[in-house]
Amino acid sequence: MSNVTTASSTEAKWWGGGKSPFNVEYGKVMMWYFLMSDAFTFGAFLISYGTVRFSTNGWPDPNEVFRSFPFAPEGVHAPLVFVSVMTFILIVSSVTMVLAVHAGKNMDKNGVVRNMIWTIIGGIAFLSCQAWEWNHLFHEGAWWGQNPFLNADGTASSTNFTNFFFTITGFHGFHVLSGVVINIIMLIMTLTDKFEQRGHYLMIEKAGLYWHFVDLVWVFVFTCFYLL
Amino acid sequence: MSHEEVLHSHEGHGHDDHGHHEHHETFLSKYVFSMDHKMIAKQFLITGMVWAVLGGLMSVLFRLQLGYPEASFPWLESILGKWAKGGQITPEAYYALVTTHGTVLVFFVLTAGLSGTFANFLIPLQIGARDMASPFMNMLSYWFFFTASIIMLSSMFVETGPFSGGWTAYPPLSALGDASPGSKSGMDLWIIAMALFIVSSLLGGLNYIATILNMRTKGMSMTRLPLTIWALFFTAVLGVLSFPVLLSGMILLIFDRNFHTSFYLSDIFVNGVGALSNEGGSAILYQHLFWFLGHPEVYIILLPAMGMVSEIMSVNSRKPIFGYMAMLGSLFAIAVLAFLVWAHHMFVTGLNPFLGSIFVLLTLLIAVPSAIKVFNWLTTLWRGNIRFTPGMLFAIGFVSLFISGGLTGIWLGNAALDIHLHDTYFVIAHFHIVMGVASMFGMFAGVYHWFPKMYGRYMNNSLAYIHFWVTLAGAYLIFWPMHYEGLAGMPRRYFDFSIWESFKMFADLNRFISTVAMIVFAAQLLFLMNFFYSIFKGRKVTTLNPWQANTLEWTTPIRPGHGNWPGEIPEVHRWPYDYGKDGQDFIPQDVPVGANESHGH
Repeated sequence: MSNVTTASSTEAKWWGGGKSPFNVEYGKVMMWYFLMSDAFTFGAFLISYGTVRFSTNGWPDPNEVFRSFPFAPEGVHAPLVFVSVMTFILIVSSVTMVLAVHAGKNMDKNGVVRNMIWTIIGGIAFLSCQAWEWNHLFHEGAWWGQNPFLNADGTASSTNFTNFFFTITGFHGFHVLSGVVINIIMLIMTLTDKFEQRGHYLMIEKAGLYWHFVDLVWVFVFTCFYLL
Repeated sequence: MSHEEVLHSHEGHGHDDHGHHEHHETFLSKYVFSMDHKMIAKQFLITGMVWAVLGGLMSVLFRLQLGYPEASFPWLESILGKWAKGGQITPEAYYALVTTHGTVLVFFVLTAGLSGTFANFLIPLQIGARDMASPFMNMLSYWFFFTASIIMLSSMFVETGPFSGGWTAYPPLSALGDASPGSKSGMDLWIIAMALFIVSSLLGGLNYIATILNMRTKGMSMTRLPLTIWALFFTAVLGVLSFPVLLSGMILLIFDRNFHTSFYLSDIFVNGVGALSNEGGSAILYQHLFWFLGHPEVYIILLPAMGMVSEIMSVNSRKPIFGYMAMLGSLFAIAVLAFLVWAHHMFVTGLNPFLGSIFVLLTLLIAVPSAIKVFNWLTTLWRGNIRFTPGMLFAIGFVSLFISGGLTGIWLGNAALDIHLHDTYFVIAHFHIVMGVASMFGMFAGVYHWFPKMYGRYMNNSLAYIHFWVTLAGAYLIFWPMHYEGLAGMPRRYFDFSIWESFKMFADLNRFISTVAMIVFAAQLLFLMNFFYSIFKGRKVTTLNPWQANTLEWTTPIRPGHGNWPGEIPEVHRWPYDYGKDGQDFIPQDVPVGANESHGH
């Protein structure tokens, strides 16, 4: 270990090659660039949404559209309560992911397993909530190409409200699903001692980067569809 | 275990596992599902060549129609069947041909074929690495490209024909299945092929970036990288950040086509369909999403050629590249500006004129780094001891074409002029010269220059010289007259000009262009013959460093195995452009700096 430190201190201004320049393993560089790339995908979606929305005369009021809650009596008025619960679940799953990464740095296998399980549960819970919400909206008559909701001023609304809602939340949900699959693979690799043998839990950290990114994207999706 | 040790152990793994012992390779693992970057590069090159031949053949077919609109060729019907009923290409087939020609040449040949080949081949060899950061992802990248190729190819055999609405795939032709025969299943296959292509380019690009940043050999600092590597690095960054926007655009397009959405469609009237029931969508939104990729794509195509030309010119002028840091800075400036100019493709689509003027300014700014590069190439040649190898000739040809095509870019970048010139043959001439043919020249230069490293043999020089002169003269003879046609208002994408009084005077010129196009296409077959013959029968390379170049790939064995260097990877002590220094013709990068050596780089 000490020889590594001396080797890197001899390189003063520019990194001299031979070892990593940013003290980052290549997989993490790839993950960061992938996340940038994915940010452009979501950015393109959300900017398209904004473009179409601002060239449309009216838009439904999210407080009216998203006001239902599972198992609550019909007609209950709970604007944005359910989506707040979903958001909370996703953010908590990010916290447990941080704990898993931290446990991995300490080579604490049990901590990794425990926190990965919580993260996976959080991801599945979020997906279930989204499934319920989609199903509920579908039964209200909303789908791609169909928009039963009225604009805030009572006029007929453009189908692009539902078109963008289902496309973008669906694309985000697909990312959460991929994240859950990745996390399950990480959990299995942890349980089979793959990382103990490698001597590090860097894979957990990379999965964590992806998971936090998906979480961050949700904050923007949430803002654009539910708050604005 | 600490972070550093993790990094170090990985590094050690890469160093010691390969190179020393021979792998027991089967045909499948060596030639098909290969994880050796050199083999993957060759796979990209040969797939790209197949596409180049197909794409070139398409251009010959539609040039036949443009040059001889009244003639009929019965043999055409026997090869193309219903596409050429009565020996004349049908309008549908004509549009399908120009669309597929554009898609294939831009994406499959000049993106995958060019940076797929040379990024894979040169990055590990020139930075001193055993292989790519992730050889497995590299293999996936090729096979995604291959699958995309097969699907694109299959779209030509569906009953309604391949997509025919132009390579830019603007809605409504692309979004509305009923709009034209080519908008039916051919378009779905086009979208699927492009989506797979985007995945391939993402996997490749991430790998190139991670490899360049993390896998360099000892002493290879960023400012000691050959300019090829810098160019390939910026290319990869451009691809990784711009292709996802096209992916978003394609996803929205799929929904519009199949799920009754109105992202791009509104209550317009379409001939043959009637008034649409859609509302609220914006066809211009698609154009923004497309060109946000489309413009960086131009530089994705051009930058690798620029990088290789810089390297080949320096080697064959026996002089250091002029203005290394300026070259690097201008590559960076081009990469940044590439993202800020897309709307100059949309000056006539109803863009706000004020916004247009901003895009004019940003577009014209690109002339600055481009001019810096041109002057640096010319000053590299200045008083050099030039060796006119085929690679060098194509590199010089690249600069010539880049100047000729770049100057017309200054015309087109002005919104006021573009309103007249938009969608005319002037645009065709401009982008074919500056991007299409110029990048093909970069690719040819790269193939001729690195062929000895790829196959351990030389290509035939005489054939190469004929290939060069016919192609250079042909490129100018084909595209130069198109400027005049465009200035006279002749629009692109028209099937037959003979019915317009105003374009009748161009009938002879069109016939001339078509004839030259066929000759140039035939000359490319000469290149293919030379290439494939030389792989097996070419003159053998007998020295490690046939071009007496400084870069690391020439320190590997003549036919490097998987792992590139049999022993240790050489350490780098200097930049790659020490030509003609201290009375020495060249000093390779792995030679330590001598005690009496003059300072400089």
